[in-house]
Order: sequence, then C-alpha cells, then structure tokens
Amino acid sequence: MTDTQIAGAPSAGAVVSKGGRKKKKDREASLWSDAIDDLRRNPVFLIGAFLVLCLLVISAVPQWFTDGSPFDSTACVLQDSLKTPSAEHWFGYDIQGCDVYTRTVWAARNSVIVGIVTTTLVTVIGGALGLLAGWTGGIVDSILSRFTEIFFAIPLLLGGMLIMSALPGNAWTVSLVLAILGWPQIFRIMRSSVLQNKNNDYVVAARALGAGTLRITLRHILPNAIAPVIVVGAISLGVYISAEAALSYLGIGVQPPEISWGLMVSDASVRWLQAPHVLLFPAVALSITVLAFIMVGDAVRDALDPKLR
Amino acid sequence: MGRYLIRRLIQAIPVLLGATFLIYLLTFAMPGADPIQLLAGEKKADPLVAAMLREKYHLDDPFLLQYWNYITGVFQGDFGETLSGRKVLDMITEAFPYTMNLAIVAFVIEAIVGVVAGIMAALRRGKFIDQLVLISTLLVISIPVFVTGFVLQLTLGVKLKNEWGIDFFSPSFNEADGFRAYLLPAFVLASTSLAYVARLTRTSLMETMRADYVRTATAKGLPRRRVVVNHGLRNAMIPIVTFLGADLGGLMGGAVITERIFNIHGVGGLLAKSVYLKEGAVVVGGVTLLVLVYLIANLIVDLLYAVLDPRIRYA
Amino acid sequence: MTIIDKTSNVPAPRSAPEGTPLLEVRDLHVEFHTRDGVAKAVNGVSYSVSAGETLAVLGESGSGKSVTAQAIMGILDMPPGKIPHGEILFQGTDLLKLPAEEFRKVRGSKIAMIFQDALSSLNPVHTVGAQLGEMFRVHRGMSKKDATAKAVELMDRVKIPAAKARVGDYPHQFSGGMRQRIMIAMAMALEPDLIIADEPTTALDVTVQAQVMDLLAELQREMNMGLILITHDLGVVADVADKIAVMYGGRIVETAPVHEIYSRPAHPYTRGLLDSIPRLDQKGQELYAIKGLPPNLLNIPSGCAFNPRCPKAQDICRTDVPVLHSVTEQDGTEMPGRGSACHFWKEQLHG
Repeated sequence: MTDTQIAGAPSAGAVVSKGGRKKKKDREASLWSDAIDDLRRNPVFLIGAFLVLCLLVISAVPQWFTDGSPFDSTACVLQDSLKTPSAEHWFGYDIQGCDVYTRTVWAARNSVIVGIVTTTLVTVIGGALGLLAGWTGGIVDSILSRFTEIFFAIPLLLGGMLIMSALPGNAWTVSLVLAILGWPQIFRIMRSSVLQNKNNDYVVAARALGAGTLRITLRHILPNAIAPVIVVGAISLGVYISAEAALSYLGIGVQPPEISWGLMVSDASVRWLQAPHVLLFPAVALSITVLAFIMVGDAVRDALDPKLR
Repeated sequence: MGRYLIRRLIQAIPVLLGATFLIYLLTFAMPGADPIQLLAGEKKADPLVAAMLREKYHLDDPFLLQYWNYITGVFQGDFGETLSGRKVLDMITEAFPYTMNLAIVAFVIEAIVGVVAGIMAALRRGKFIDQLVLISTLLVISIPVFVTGFVLQLTLGVKLKNEWGIDFFSPSFNEADGFRAYLLPAFVLASTSLAYVARLTRTSLMETMRADYVRTATAKGLPRRRVVVNHGLRNAMIPIVTFLGADLGGLMGGAVITERIFNIHGVGGLLAKSVYLKEGAVVVGGVTLLVLVYLIANLIVDLLYAVLDPRIRYA
Repeated sequence: MTIIDKTSNVPAPRSAPEGTPLLEVRDLHVEFHTRDGVAKAVNGVSYSVSAGETLAVLGESGSGKSVTAQAIMGILDMPPGKIPHGEILFQGTDLLKLPAEEFRKVRGSKIAMIFQDALSSLNPVHTVGAQLGEMFRVHRGMSKKDATAKAVELMDRVKIPAAKARVGDYPHQFSGGMRQRIMIAMAMALEPDLIIADEPTTALDVTVQAQVMDLLAELQREMNMGLILITHDLGVVADVADKIAVMYGGRIVETAPVHEIYSRPAHPYTRGLLDSIPRLDQKGQELYAIKGLPPNLLNIPSGCAFNPRCPKAQDICRTDVPVLHSVTEQDGTEMPGRGSACHFWKEQLHG
C-alpha cells in the first residue's frame, strides 16, 4: 500500500488501518461492528427495518388490527360492492362487498411466509451447493455450474406457471416453486465467493498447517462468503414477495379461499377503471412491503461494502 | 476470437437441451397431465379413440424417446401440433411479432433511459440528481410491474385523454396505432429493468472513475468529457452490456403480465392460456423459443464482451 | 548507471537557471475529510526543482510524498481532498490559482507524471498506440494517423522492440518492464518541463528496475527536464538524484544534496532509514529496523511526529513542532541545501 491510496480511496479503513496490521479475526469483527454502527445511523435502514417490523407483527397477529375476518363468509354483502372508502371502512369494499381493509391486513401473512420461506430455502440450497462447487471444483463444479445455467435460461414467471399448474395453490407451494427457480442466484454468489477466498494466504496457510477440509471451509471460508449472501438474500426477499403477487395475479399462485395481495389485485383489475381504490390499497401494501425489504437489503449492502461508500 | 466464440456456442448447447428437457418434463410428466383425458374433458374418454390418439402422438413411447423425437423435430422447424390439430409453430409465429416488438421497444427504453440516468447520478455523486435517481429507482424496483401497469394505464391511458384532452396513449393495445401503441406497455415492461440498469451504471461508472487509468487520463491533461467518455464510460459499459443482454430474454419472458394488462396477444398471453388449458405442445414450443432467444442474446453479449474487452479477445 | 556516469553527476544542479526555479512548492497543506475525521496528509511542505535537476522525495507509506505530487499534478480527488493552504509555483505562476481549463493544458504538456503500477495505470481497453497518440490528438490537435506515427516514434525512443508492429497491442500484452517504458513514453510525449515519477520501479523485477531507471535518467538529461522522483528506496536514489527531501508524517524532516545524506544524516529518522538498508559488509548482524509504526494521519502525535519512534526523543519533542533548521558545520560554516527538522540536529550531525 502506498500513500497514493489515501487519495484514491479515502475510506475510513484505508486511513485507519495504517495504524497497524491487526489480526484477521479483528478485521472481520470490525467489518461487522462497523457495519452495525453504520446501519444505526442510516435513515434508509431505520425506516426499512421499522416497516419490516410492523409487517411482521401484522402478519403474526392480524386480529389485533381488524375486527373482521376474511374467512367469515357472512361478513360480505353484495350490496356494498365497490363502495368507496368511508370512516368505518377505510379502504372501502371490493366487488364481492367484502371489506378491503380486513382483507389487506390478513393477506400480509401469505406474503411474509413466501418471502421468508423462499429466501431460507434458496439460501440453504444455493449456499450448500455453491460451497460444494467452489470448494471441490473439477467435475462437480462443472456439472453444477452448467445446471444453474439451465435454470437461468428458463423465464421465472413461465417456469413458475408451469410447475404451479400441477400443484395446489398456497403460500407453501409457491415458496417451493420460487425456491426451485431461484437457488442458482445464491449458488453463483457463494461459489465465486468461495473461489475468491480459497486461495487467500490464510486459507493456504491453514491447509499447510494440516487443517481438515471441513474445518477450513467452516472456519475460514464460510464467514467470508456470508456477507454477500446475506445482502442478496435480504434484497431478494422483497423480490420473491413481488413474484408471489405476480403469480397470484396471473391466477396460478395462491388460490381462493386463501388471500393474497396479488389475488386481490387480480380480482379488482376487472373493474379497475371504475373502482381504482379496490386495486390500489392491496397494491400499495404490497409495494411498501417490497420496498421495506429492499431498503433493508440495500442499507446492509452499503454497510458491508465500504467500497461503495 | 473465433475460438472463443465457438467455445461459447458449444457451451450453449447443453443449456438449450437441458432447459427444453426440463420444460418438457414439467409439462408432460407432472401428475394430472394426461392429455387425452384433458381433451375429453368431463366425460370419460372413449378407450378406442384414446388408444388411437396415443398411437398418433407416440404417448406410449418411453419418455426420453418422446423428448428426443420432439427436440429433433424442433430443429427441423416442426414444433408439433395441439391435440385439436392446430400447428404449434403457426400459433407461435402469429403471436411472436407482438412480443418481439414489445421487448425491443422496452429494451431501447431501458438501455437509453437507464444508462443516461446512471451516468448523471454517478457524475454528480451525492448531489440532488444522484439522490433522485437512487430514490426513484428504489421505488420503481419495489412496485410490482402489474401495479405500475395499472397505474400508468389509468393515468396516461385514460386520465390524460379524458381530463387533459391529450389522446396519445391508449389504455389497451391497438395495433392500428403502430409504433405508438407499443410505447406505454413497453415502458411498463421496461420499468424494473430500467431501474436496475440505472443503478448498475451508477455503481459501475463510479468504480471505474476511481481506477488508476482514469487518474492517468486526467494526468495526461485530457478534457473532463474525454476522461469520462473514453476512459470511464468505455470501461464501465462492460458489466452493463452483460446485464442488458441477459435481460432481453427476461423481457420477453416477463411480457406475460404486461400483455395481459394491455390486452396484447403475444407469446406471453399464448403461453399463459396454454398453461391453463394444459396445451403441453404449445407451452413447450413457446418456452423453447424463449430459451432460444435468451441463448442467442447471451451469445451476442459474449461477442460484444470480446469487442469491449481486449483481455478476453486475446485470452 | 555506471560509476563514470555517477561521478559526472555529482556537482549538483547541472544547468540551474538564473532566478526562479522551475517548480517551487511553498508551505503546502493537504487534508482529507473522511467519515472518521480529518486526515492531515501534508502539513506544510516546501521544496523546489530546477530544470535538469532531480529531486528525490523519500519516505514510507503515508508520509505524504505521493499526495504532494498529486497536488502538483492537480489530480487529487476533491472532495474528499482539500488544499487549505499553500502555493505551487510552476514557472512563476501559482497552479492552484489557475482556472481549471488552464491547469488542464499544463497537465501532460508541461508537467507529466509516471505512475507506479503501469498495468493498472494504462487503460486495458485501448491500444497503447491510441493511449500514446491521445496526447498528440488532444494537446496538438493531430490527426489519428499522425498521432499513431508519433506513438511509434515514441515507442522507438523508449527502446521497445518492433514498435511499429506493437503499436496496436493492448497493455496486457506487454511485459512489466515494457509497460513501464510505455508509461515513460507517454509522460515524455510532449517533452514536458517537469516529470514526476511516483515509485516508477517499485512494481518491477530487480533486473528490470535498473534498465528503467537508466532510461528515465537518460531521457531527462537529453531534454533537460526537472524530475521529481518519489521513492522509498534509498538504493535507487543514490544513482540518479541531485538532492533529497525526506518526508515523515506529512512534513519534510530533512533536505540535503544526495551524497551528504548517506555519510552524515542530520535527522534520527534518516539515520534509521540508512541503518535499515542491508549491507554486505555487515553480513551476519541483525538488520536494524525503526521501531513502531508510521503515524496515524487522523491523529498525528503532538510535537515532532516522529517522537514516539525516536530513540533520542526528549520532552521538547513531545510538545514543540521542530522547524526545518538550516544546518551548519560545527564551526558555523554553512552547508548549502541542507536542513533538518530535529530539535537535536547538532547532536545527530556532529555527535
């Protein structure tokens, strides 16, 4: 490192690290603690995290937020069909004469389930296979890599439609399908991260000192690869929620009597030009949810990647 | 250069075969996918007729052989027939131009608006325009396409005409309008990718502007404009081109929703309908075509990549 | 460079012009505003170079030697960089006060810079011919064809074999030494009055280092240019430089004509640097190393920045910043060009 680097990239790290060469572990700890420090002061993160928290509470206990239930068939009266918002019914009524507010609140749960389950599955499958491919290399790597290319070539929505057409439509099956189509993304990130770290001096040193493969992978490689995976995971959580809504909108995601924002938008789209409010409320709820997760993911990425500051 | 291209071409073949096989498998080997029973509908199928149809469509052949017959047919331009006797290729070629036009217009919008917005943001880092690009792209990425679609349909398609008297965009697709008919749907289709392109351009350009060779260019006394365009942007384009190329396939696949909102009879709509109707042959044919488009777009990207980056060309 | 060359260089400034030097830096300060505070990279540096003269600026990472050079070139990133104080007089005009467009015209044509890592400093996607020719096209308005012809000429001049055939090659197709020659050719293209070479040989093999240094010195002599050679390698300096400025913590701690510094350093830091050079005649002994670490620029020690590492530090060193004293012989006769920013320079020099 020459002092030109101060001029080129005057990040805090470059200047402060002149103080001395800390041990590897410290550096990692400081990456995370720096990141947390950064997040605590970042309004984007704070707003996003607050919204996510609200969403989690709403989806866990929707009955706290509304007296009605969308599964109570007597609650809807056709006479109320498409009535506009009022003081008692903030979001108005949909085509069936059901309270849009109640349905919007209850529909949060399926979105959250899809987001979390899909992201977990994708991270586990993609992460494990990526680790395997990156670490073993050779034929295993080639086969797995070709395999992911196949998945990349299949359009997400059409692939989802195909598989969903043979499965019952609920949040769990949608999650499964999205995970099947989505894991290659995490696979690529994990694989390249492992490849990058595999030849780092400290890993080579650990190997030279006789550390076993498993131990090296778990102790040295995984912690380094985890940051990019978390970042992509957080951002794609929002994207999967959006994808569920898209599938439901196309009529092959979550099926009635289950409720979903995508489904609500789809139902409302028939009379959209006459009664836009029926469509707008679930659409806005959906957009805010996706936005919240993407904000959190974006902020975490910026915090973990000092280069982008 | 030639060797590089041939290698990429060879690598594309297993992907094409794998993807079509996967689609074929998903379409025909899924539970509840007996085409004969589906054709017969509610009634019990006449066993004699069923046997005849099975014979005609080789439905009793081993699965792999069925796939092999299918894919060799595809390479000879034979995408098969639906069970009701329509040629799949005819149905697809009828729908294809709409989707292709839509995707191309969307692609142009995405590339131009996205790249320009990204450049402006990168060059005025932290300033108003940068914040504006960051926030608006965040919003666009968060709002699902069908929501964007409906909102623009209502505002630009309906309100603009009814309340402002400007009759430019139509709320639903009207072929007679020619190019103009595609503008609104294409913008909706492009919106999410556009936001990604803007963000990618911003990051990529900011990164290259910090590179040593850009510092050298400044030290050479080149005008700022030349430094940015010839040295910064020229190098920053490499990842952007990759994204754009991969996205062309994505645009065609993602057109399902846009086509539905604006009532365009393209490949997306055809495929969605065929999935409901369990018209396996159309589904496989249509998706195969989309995979082909994706692979061709990727090959073009590889070619451009080699043009843009001499380190690859001479590797 | 051979011994004969060296002796011919010793009587310092070769063609010192009357009056003003080519470049004069006066009390330059540079700071970087980072998230963690203000990093003071340069704290009052003054030096000068005349035509045909070579000034070596010596110091370890973070001493401010490269930042000073970048300030002269006008290629500091601002923000976060800032020049709160100082003057950079080039041929009598203060570059810091020039309009941006005027300053740009000086860069490349009158002052040029050679960077350390030629691979990353050359644009990977343009041919070397295009990158060399760009100088002529932008500053001289030449046509593409003429510029390429000039590029071939330049490549010949820096002794790149088969220049004509290789003008269309890309940087990654050249070896490290050849790439550095291209960097040199680019800097020499418009025959500037001053060249700043920032560690031009650090990234190269030892065997190639000497060749590149010789080439640089040869071209400098031919064109009678001023040269600022930034380095941390005392070995490189001895052969080419006329005078030396040693930097530490963003200040100049010692200045001297080149050979005097080796025999009689007047600052403990310079002493430490000299002692840490491996020497053949002391084979088997433990190599000396300066204890401690370079100062943190966000929090430079009070008093003399070197005090925490100095073996001779006293109380005054922790409170008072030493100025650059003019150094004299024991009997009071002046030692021209010599200075030391040490409270105890007498003890260091004469002790």
